[in-house]
Amino acid sequence: MLHLRTGAYAALAVLLGTTAMAQQRTLNYYADFDPAPLAAFEAAIADFEAANPDIDVVLQNFDHEGYKTAIRNFLTTDAPDLANWYAGNRMAPFVAAGQFMDVSDVWADNGLDQSLGSALASMTIDGKQWGVPYTYYQWGIYYNKDVYAQVGVEVPATWDAFVANCEKFSAAGIDCLTTGTSALWPGAGIFDYLNLRTNGYEHHMKLTGGEIPWTDDSVRATFAEWAKVQPHITENHAAIDWQDAATLLVQGKAANYVMGNFAVAVFKEGGMTDETLGFMPFPTINPDVARAEEAPTDTIHIPAGAKNVEDAKKFLAFIAQADTQTKLNMALGQLPINAGSTVGDDPFIKAGFELLSTTPGGIAQFFDRDAPAEMAKIGMEGFQQFMVQPDQLDAILERLEAARSRIYK
Amino acid sequence: MALASETPRPRTWWRRNQQRLTPWLFLAPGMAMFVFYVIYPIIASFRLSLYDYDGLSAPEWLGLANYAELWTDPAFTTSLYNNVLWLVLYLLAVPAGLFIAIFLNQAVMGIRIYKSLFFFPFVISQVVVGLMFAWFYAPNFGLLYNVIEYFTGKGVAILADPDLATYGIIAAGLWPQIAYVMILYLTGLNNVAPDQVEAARLDGAKGWKMLWYVILPQLRPATFIAVVVTVIGALRSFDLVSIMTNGGPFGSTRVLSYYMYEQALSEYGYRMGYGAAIAVVLFAIMMVFISGFIWKMVRDERGVH
Repeated sequence: MLHLRTGAYAALAVLLGTTAMAQQRTLNYYADFDPAPLAAFEAAIADFEAANPDIDVVLQNFDHEGYKTAIRNFLTTDAPDLANWYAGNRMAPFVAAGQFMDVSDVWADNGLDQSLGSALASMTIDGKQWGVPYTYYQWGIYYNKDVYAQVGVEVPATWDAFVANCEKFSAAGIDCLTTGTSALWPGAGIFDYLNLRTNGYEHHMKLTGGEIPWTDDSVRATFAEWAKVQPHITENHAAIDWQDAATLLVQGKAANYVMGNFAVAVFKEGGMTDETLGFMPFPTINPDVARAEEAPTDTIHIPAGAKNVEDAKKFLAFIAQADTQTKLNMALGQLPINAGSTVGDDPFIKAGFELLSTTPGGIAQFFDRDAPAEMAKIGMEGFQQFMVQPDQLDAILERLEAARSRIYK
Repeated sequence: MALASETPRPRTWWRRNQQRLTPWLFLAPGMAMFVFYVIYPIIASFRLSLYDYDGLSAPEWLGLANYAELWTDPAFTTSLYNNVLWLVLYLLAVPAGLFIAIFLNQAVMGIRIYKSLFFFPFVISQVVVGLMFAWFYAPNFGLLYNVIEYFTGKGVAILADPDLATYGIIAAGLWPQIAYVMILYLTGLNNVAPDQVEAARLDGAKGWKMLWYVILPQLRPATFIAVVVTVIGALRSFDLVSIMTNGGPFGSTRVLSYYMYEQALSEYGYRMGYGAAIAVVLFAIMMVFISGFIWKMVRDERGVH
């Protein structure tokens, strides 16, 4: 039985539920799904309940943004048995505060370090695993094929070629690179890729982990690459949302967009098709650096205050299975993490699967998940400012460095 | 007589003090609420501002370190500066509201409709006002952007420009605030004594002199209320900043209340102690104005009796 409930109705549902199904064990699951993922998860939960008739999963869905605040309250006060969250440093505060349960045994008993190997590093803190990942998606450059044809340039493989193209796009009155940084995070995608391509995965992890000063020459080298395209970035990006920038790409006013695969839906709603929308990996800057990619991973955790731990672990094992992840990600339009899963026919999904499964360098989570929340905020403001006022670079880097020495104690 | 022989009932403690106690008993529920919802949170915020607390781990005593950090925090300086800017420019609503009120204070066919139309912006939610102005300013499709582009050849995206964004938000805030002040003055103008205006006119007063020496003194109570609501409105500005820019571009439109929210409660910061320290500073600034207003009100009340 699957309940979807909100507000006062919730109390009633619990009352009726406990009397009607006294012999069943309940598993409370708090999540933050948008409508389409919600439907996918309802189906997965129905499968789980069919396989375990004595378990009743009660899913309470939160608003996506509100959830980020709510989780801090409910983990300490009224913890569910399962909760959605994110991999990498984003889960570190909850792990450090003892709010998430160590689920290394789920990984060991089900051989997940093999099947979910690509996400092992991002789920591990202090040598233990703290949750189970169920989906991720690639980042890269989405481009308008018509605009490429109109200006007469090739899809670039190297950064130099990309910058050369930018000159031509600008001459034609087209924004070479578009973004909308009103919510700050889209700018971080550009920085992540520039740094991953200039200095590599290890450097990027150390930088977001606070081990490398922001005023270091290696970081300046990344910003020097950024400065090459800065004049070709959509001018008023600071005032527009990422969807508005997507519109510019759809309308042919912009050529390239560093984005996550979730943007494909927006491009297609705007009228683009597989024939006009292209995807390319971020071009090579330093050929000596192993190619690393960005793929934010969504995860499920067991809060330390969970009441039904045994069944919660059963659910995690179920979500980790290859067939569950195949089915789930078909519906989500994203990539499964289980190596035994298969992906759908969508060209962008296939490109992403190919890209991530062959990544030699490593998979980053995204700036605001790899860096601690506070550093992420100050960093992303710095990136936005650099794209508006590149001459302020020294002031920006010094501000970030001051923040680094305060935040990472 | 039976009545006379009856001994007087003993005067209990309650009967003796009834007169003095009753008002306090009636006040008790209100006072309890006030202590619980106003006084206690103020004290709790003060206390919290001395700790480093993320809402999850145990609070850590810092002493005045949060305040010391505020002193050197450029984002705090920007917020404080913006709050001052808000305060100064928001007060423009008072003269603007007065002149619209005087303009509308005439007996013409359908004047009620005009009055309601002018009052309309105050009826709309601040969130809607923020959205409307954000679209008005928006690059590519915004009306103002396109008008500027038409005349100068190059559009200006107000909210993307760190030097203009705060002015853009204040302009959005002034729109409903002027309407509010206007309605305060319209009711005030109803109470202006016609015989005094008549007498002034016989003495040859007109135009500015009439306004300054005859009308304005009679509008004093309305002016007082208009200044109070405008000052408080400027200091608690939050919703427009949140809707229109989220404090951006790169933090240039932050105000104290928004910075407090960002530090203590938003997705990217859970420094409850630091947020509380900002709240304490904001509270101190507000107290300056609020005590001034209360002092004036008490003085006026004494003067009446």
